[in-house]
Amino acid sequence: MAPYTIPLAKLKTGEVAFVYKMDSGKSMTHRLTSLGFTPGVDLEMVQNFGHGPLMVSVRGTRVALGRGEAAKILVQRSK
Amino acid sequence: MEKLEQRSKNTASCHSDVSFGRRNQPPDIRKNEINQKHIALVGQPNMGKTTLFNLLTGLNQHVGNWPGKTVERKEGFFNYQNNPYRIVDLPGTYSLTANSPEEVITREYILHEKPDIVLAIVSAANLERSLYLIAELVGMGIPLVIGLNMMDVAKQEGMLVEPQVLEAALGIPVIPLVATRSEGVMVLLDTVEKVIRGEILPEPRMPEIREDHQDALDQVIRAIDGYVPEPYPTHWSAVKLLEGDSEISSLLQENLPSERWQQVYDVLLDHDDAMLAIASGRYEWIGRLVRAAVVKPKAGQISRTAKLDRWAAHPFWGLIILAAILGLVFWLTFTIGGPIQEWISSSLVIPLGTAAESGLASAPFWLRSLIVDGLIGGVGSVLTFLPILVIFFGSFGLLEDLGYMARAAYVMDNFMHMMGLHGKSFLPLFLGFGCNVPAVMGTRVIESWPARLLTILISPLVPCTARMAVVAFLAPAFFGKQAALVSWGLIMLSLLILILSGVLLNRTIFRGERSAFIMEMPLYHEPNWRTVGLLIWQRSYSFLKKAGTLILGISIVIWALSMLPGGNLETSYLARIGYFLEPIGRWMGLDWRLTVALLTSFAAKENSIATLGVLFGASDMGLAQTVASTYSLATGLSFLTVSILFIPCAATVAVIKQETNSWKWTLFNIGLMLVVSIGAASGIYWLMTSLGF
Repeated sequence: MAPYTIPLAKLKTGEVAFVYKMDSGKSMTHRLTSLGFTPGVDLEMVQNFGHGPLMVSVRGTRVALGRGEAAKILVQRSK
Repeated sequence: MEKLEQRSKNTASCHSDVSFGRRNQPPDIRKNEINQKHIALVGQPNMGKTTLFNLLTGLNQHVGNWPGKTVERKEGFFNYQNNPYRIVDLPGTYSLTANSPEEVITREYILHEKPDIVLAIVSAANLERSLYLIAELVGMGIPLVIGLNMMDVAKQEGMLVEPQVLEAALGIPVIPLVATRSEGVMVLLDTVEKVIRGEILPEPRMPEIREDHQDALDQVIRAIDGYVPEPYPTHWSAVKLLEGDSEISSLLQENLPSERWQQVYDVLLDHDDAMLAIASGRYEWIGRLVRAAVVKPKAGQISRTAKLDRWAAHPFWGLIILAAILGLVFWLTFTIGGPIQEWISSSLVIPLGTAAESGLASAPFWLRSLIVDGLIGGVGSVLTFLPILVIFFGSFGLLEDLGYMARAAYVMDNFMHMMGLHGKSFLPLFLGFGCNVPAVMGTRVIESWPARLLTILISPLVPCTARMAVVAFLAPAFFGKQAALVSWGLIMLSLLILILSGVLLNRTIFRGERSAFIMEMPLYHEPNWRTVGLLIWQRSYSFLKKAGTLILGISIVIWALSMLPGGNLETSYLARIGYFLEPIGRWMGLDWRLTVALLTSFAAKENSIATLGVLFGASDMGLAQTVASTYSLATGLSFLTVSILFIPCAATVAVIKQETNSWKWTLFNIGLMLVVSIGAASGIYWLMTSLGF
């Protein structure tokens, strides 16, 4: 894990980050890319209450993700 | 902008289901009409594709925000300026890789059926993501026209998109649309015609793979060149190979000489991250287009969707809102639908029966009985459920069209995890309160097969309107003022059993197989009343069709069983079956009549009332009172319990077989429901009798 890299699930509501790496399986990665997730893309955490599903905004689309799925996407906070 | 005023010219339309793998169209004479042009309509979900389709063809489908709901293939016909068109509404897909049946259906259709034009719908309010599908389509070498829909929603969200700039940058005609208000459709059709006639020649600019993978792509192209079977384009196939597309991989493995396949395989092995390089390349291409065409990006202001989601998607308030909406739908369904149902029953069905009775006084006894008891009693009583279904499905369609249903799935996700499912499974289960048949079909939104199968297996445990109506009919006679409480308790019992079954099946048979929850949360928008209206019509029509065929047929069979061999109910085959099964019925405190009523509910849930009507005959007290005075409270509650949990109706069983494509799972479901319903009712009967009721 690169320094400052955290799982997407740890990103707090309102924080902005970019995708560093996607560790999901092949078909999952396909689905993520077609919904706008690619390495390097900026995203904003729209809703993360620390439990349950979370919602991010990526490429102008709101996408809901399960916590397990979000744990496999590594992001770096943008400053 | 102009309005489409061609509706009167529309020809009738039809649709057909064609499963993937069947290359040939079902025979249709209109298809062979001379000069008929063939349009394939594609787009991601939530782009308003189906709204446009309905507008063009007048075909009765509905649009909504249920991702992936257009799984069925829909086809329609229309005329524009005296030219006949055939249009196929392909499933909404985010991309075209062999990941889901929808994606495969869409790309195979485009490549094999070679439509005259592919009409792709993108959303101005969601341009960046919706162009991803276009990035895939331009690589297929097909004639393409783009409909830039939802210009109004984009404006609302504070964005401004310039279609002509997008068109110039893409090299493909781009027509701005507001499909919900029919704006831009004439220009779109004019453009479609011009492209078909060759007056406009699209010259799309293609996305490129990220630079570090260009070599790999070239190597793959060199290895497969000359060996790619028709109709797959070589460059496109090479990209799909690098993307790790399973279908194209096995296709080329079959067609390539082994040393060439080895070359391809080595490249793929060295570049297992090529999928991301390709996706990144596509988004870079999209980024250039968007930077040019979007004049005013989304402003800093908080959009309406964001404001609404603070409440509707909140883990606590979201559940409260969902509960309130559910309550409101039930309240509407039963306070408006209930009285209408009674009115239909008392002023149409019953008088019709009486009229038939007297009108057929001279007809043979069996004919009179067939029409009065079999047809009017069976089918007629079922038809009275129509208003309840209309209100329920109208509310559901409205919520879908608003964009709310995705939020319901979102807030229910946590809860569904208890059963090893996720939020999307909640949508079909919710639909099940109306009718289990669309619920089972609605499970198609769930991508993972184990999760979908589990949802199918538990969905008959959702009490549908028909079962609730049976309870609503009998409960007041047995329980008086406590009827509402008892009904509520029975519904809660069903849902509790649903959860327990889900948890248990998940722990045993499915062993915690998880499926990923990823779901687009579409923008909220005003509902389109025509869309909702079309949905109600479509659902009502299929219900009426069911009443006219399946329920009719089964009503006649049951009538015949109750008449044969001697015309006497007490000695009929039906009674013999009842006596035969009475020992099981007795566990639950049911006699042979209630046992038979329960059995006939297999044809359609509401049949149990019709059967009791036949068995008890007419009386001044009314059927419910007669039944209540015949049996104890313990038997009454036990009968209601087993009724609400009993094996799914024939239509549901048929659709479970169709969707699981397995008799094993269908029978498993029947067995599960049988055990659960008899178990619960026996338990309740035992408890009630021990308490002295």
